[in-house]
Amino acid sequence: MADSTKTTRGSGLSRRGFLKGISAGGVATGLVGGAAVQHGKVVEAAPAVVGPGDTAIKLKINGEVKSLTVEPRTTLLDALRNRLDITGAKKVCDRGTCGACTLWIDGQPAYACSVLAIDAEDSEITTIESLGTPERMTALQQAFVNNDAQQCGFCTPGMIMACEAFLKENPSPTRDQVRDGISGNLCRCGTYHGIIDAVLEAAKTMKGGA
Amino acid sequence: MSRILFNDPLPEPERYELAEKPRYRFELDRRTFLQLTGAGLLITVTGGAAFAQRGASGARTIAARIHIGEDGIVTVMTSKVEVGQGARTELAQAAAEELRVPVDRVRMIMADTDVVPDDGGTYGSLTTPRTVPLVREAAAAAREALVQLAASVWQAPAGEVIVADAVIAHPPTSRRITFGELAKQPALLRLLEAPVEGAALTGEAAWTTLGAWVKKTTGRDIVTGAQKYPSDLVRPGMRYGAVLRPPAAGARLKHVDLALLKEWNDVVTVQDGDFVACAAPTSFRAAQAIAALQKTAVWEGATAGTTATLFAGLKQNAKTEGRGRSGPRVDEEGEVDAAFSAQAVTRAVYNVSYIQHVPMEPRAAVAEWVEGKLTVWTGTQRPHGVLEELQEAFGLGAGMVRVIVPDSGGGFGGKHTGDAALEAARIAKAAQAPVSLRWTREEEFQWAYCRPAGVIEMAAVLKEGALHAWEHSNINSGAAAIEMPYAAPHWRTRFLPSESPLREGSYRALAGAANVFARESFIDELALEAGADPLAFRLKHVQDDRLRAVLEAAASKFDWMAARQGGGSGTGVGIACGMLKGSYVATAVRVRVDNAIHVEHVCQAFECGAILNPGNLRSQVEGCIIMGLGGALLEAVEFEEGRVLNASLKQYAVPRFEHVPPLDLVLLDRRDLPSAGAGETPIVGIAPAIANAVCHATGRRLRQLPLRLEG
Ligand code: FES
Ligand code: FES
Repeated sequence: MADSTKTTRGSGLSRRGFLKGISAGGVATGLVGGAAVQHGKVVEAAPAVVGPGDTAIKLKINGEVKSLTVEPRTTLLDALRNRLDITGAKKVCDRGTCGACTLWIDGQPAYACSVLAIDAEDSEITTIESLGTPERMTALQQAFVNNDAQQCGFCTPGMIMACEAFLKENPSPTRDQVRDGISGNLCRCGTYHGIIDAVLEAAKTMKGGA
Repeated sequence: MSRILFNDPLPEPERYELAEKPRYRFELDRRTFLQLTGAGLLITVTGGAAFAQRGASGARTIAARIHIGEDGIVTVMTSKVEVGQGARTELAQAAAEELRVPVDRVRMIMADTDVVPDDGGTYGSLTTPRTVPLVREAAAAAREALVQLAASVWQAPAGEVIVADAVIAHPPTSRRITFGELAKQPALLRLLEAPVEGAALTGEAAWTTLGAWVKKTTGRDIVTGAQKYPSDLVRPGMRYGAVLRPPAAGARLKHVDLALLKEWNDVVTVQDGDFVACAAPTSFRAAQAIAALQKTAVWEGATAGTTATLFAGLKQNAKTEGRGRSGPRVDEEGEVDAAFSAQAVTRAVYNVSYIQHVPMEPRAAVAEWVEGKLTVWTGTQRPHGVLEELQEAFGLGAGMVRVIVPDSGGGFGGKHTGDAALEAARIAKAAQAPVSLRWTREEEFQWAYCRPAGVIEMAAVLKEGALHAWEHSNINSGAAAIEMPYAAPHWRTRFLPSESPLREGSYRALAGAANVFARESFIDELALEAGADPLAFRLKHVQDDRLRAVLEAAASKFDWMAARQGGGSGTGVGIACGMLKGSYVATAVRVRVDNAIHVEHVCQAFECGAILNPGNLRSQVEGCIIMGLGGALLEAVEFEEGRVLNASLKQYAVPRFEHVPPLDLVLLDRRDLPSAGAGETPIVGIAPAIANAVCHATGRRLRQLPLRLEG
């Protein structure tokens, strides 16, 4: 995982400070997929220090604006899960290595564990909750069900978010392209073949095929 | 002479057929059930002697509970849990089949200790051979009871009453009543006083729901993110917990300065002996508080041992004496010592590293105290075991603890204990609020138990190209699948416990993967010594027809004879087979070896009796192969003085998309045989098959898991 420190916007918190705050190090950027997509929202290397105490922010999640307070070093994933009880994105590694927390920021897949909540303030955040519902699934979700492409399903919301984004960019993928395109996502149950089958089936359905 | 010093607690596959008949009991709803299921008919089945899996309490209690509601919904209650292996769907299929209802009319209540019977934890591949038959018995009894009830009300011969699609009908008089309508009439149900005798189970040939690929019943909730896992649960007023962990296993707390947090008004701190923890409004805040405390903490001591000295240490501490669990287990036949002393002996030693389960969902629990009664929602494979742990830890009597296990994000044998449940309960007690404790990935790696490491010593004597004597000694990792499947006049298998420097426990297939790795590597070495083809050598010695059948099926699908030509040029093929808990596996692989081992193709045949759900079976078999690839090639817990050195998913690699080869599966459906579990055995063949293929490709024999070319 690239440890990019590319500047995007001034949050008043240095990446180094962020790393210290998290203490265990190894926090990755929001890079998702084999090497496919990079979400550039990494905190700026500015020297300012943010003290303890909560900051009021607004997040636009699934088209709705939510007001909340967060400690400035809180990740987007923790803000969603702890503050807003939006739990579709899962916390598995918390270090940008498994993809279970994948959501979209301005339409691009990103690891919510590797983005600060305060840095997502001006973006459109899309989570699994806004895709299909159990009664009205997307073509991809339906294809996951058809192929039983989930065992415990703990990786699945992140997989779906990664696969939907992949299909938008690659509407007619080959098996190998699917494999490479979503290679950042981990499934410990080993449902990999079922997931690839589901993505290929969904690609067909979305094009109006069988 | 055959001598067994202590018996394997697992049953031989056919044993449950000899069980005494279950006894039935019918009762109208009591209050607890009413709350959950509404009014209706409740049927309980008490397991017979060989049927019932011993509950955590050791008591043999009610073993299956089925409710038919006024809405016609069938509810099955069981203490089994769903961790991805498909128990929820499979048990719903079992009830649906016998009650003649569609699967979507069956609701499963799993692992809520206030309402489900203690029909055992979820391990040992027991759900399929034990729980499925019990649920079928109970459902068939319910069906029979409804038939007799309708027959007596209609004054028709019971033989003329039929049940189909949740409707009971008497075709000669065109009368019909739905399950729901029947369950609404308590006056009618009171007629159900006499127990129903032995209702017949539906024969395999007539199965419509069992044997079919029924998709996971919770699939829609999973793919839409609607399913709530233990780590997703939120209770009103809930706080987040974090625990002060020692720097290393075995370290004791000498000092910590709790006063430091005096001003942190939003944080509650608890110290109880060595246990120090916090509760806070967010997990971030809780972690922050713990980090502050950690700076003041003084710890002393650590468990000795490092990765480098692991195998020598296990060997040195092997217990060759003693009885029961702390002593060796030996099985043997023939004159083993004499056979070894008279001949040239071939020996080899195999090592197996510690590995972690790495379930995607870390251990998690939400604990809540209300008027002295404790409720814990947690991901565990032993709900009643955790209930007892909580009772004991807090000195609570019967009825004062309730454990609920929502469907969880993976277990693989790793979630047998109640660590997170106990911790969350202790913090919640101090915080006087519900507390959610979710272990971090680092905590998982450092504090969860491992699959045992092992040293396995093999010895054999060949005589005229055939096995003459055989000895298989497993030090520390366990006795599972140690049984000798090959014919040899003199053989001995031994399991010797040892002293483990890391916390160790159950794992998918237990020591099966270790023992099969050693045996199937060694038999390959012996085949080469005898100048025989490894497949032919196995077939010549194999004694069990079912094992022979999977070997032949895998070899034929893989085209073994053609594939085995060549080799030595950097590519090679290997084969291995094994049996465990009533199911059989054979695995053939092709590898390419340069500076790494690349698995290019896996072909696996598997047989577990009658297939109950072919789609789920395929998932389990594929999942096992892929998880097995991790233990074969990637995974090892590295440690030093009680500290795990690779405690992250970045440092401890598990199989990803890039590691997954094309898989060819042959699933043999033996409708004439009882169904065995399938979530474990398919993991045992992959590692030795790869090791054998690497030897074919390079001439090098790798005898340690994970297989590494360097060193
Ligand atoms: S939890 Fe975010 S990548 Fe693993
Ligand atoms: S389905 Fe369990 S981790 Fe993917």
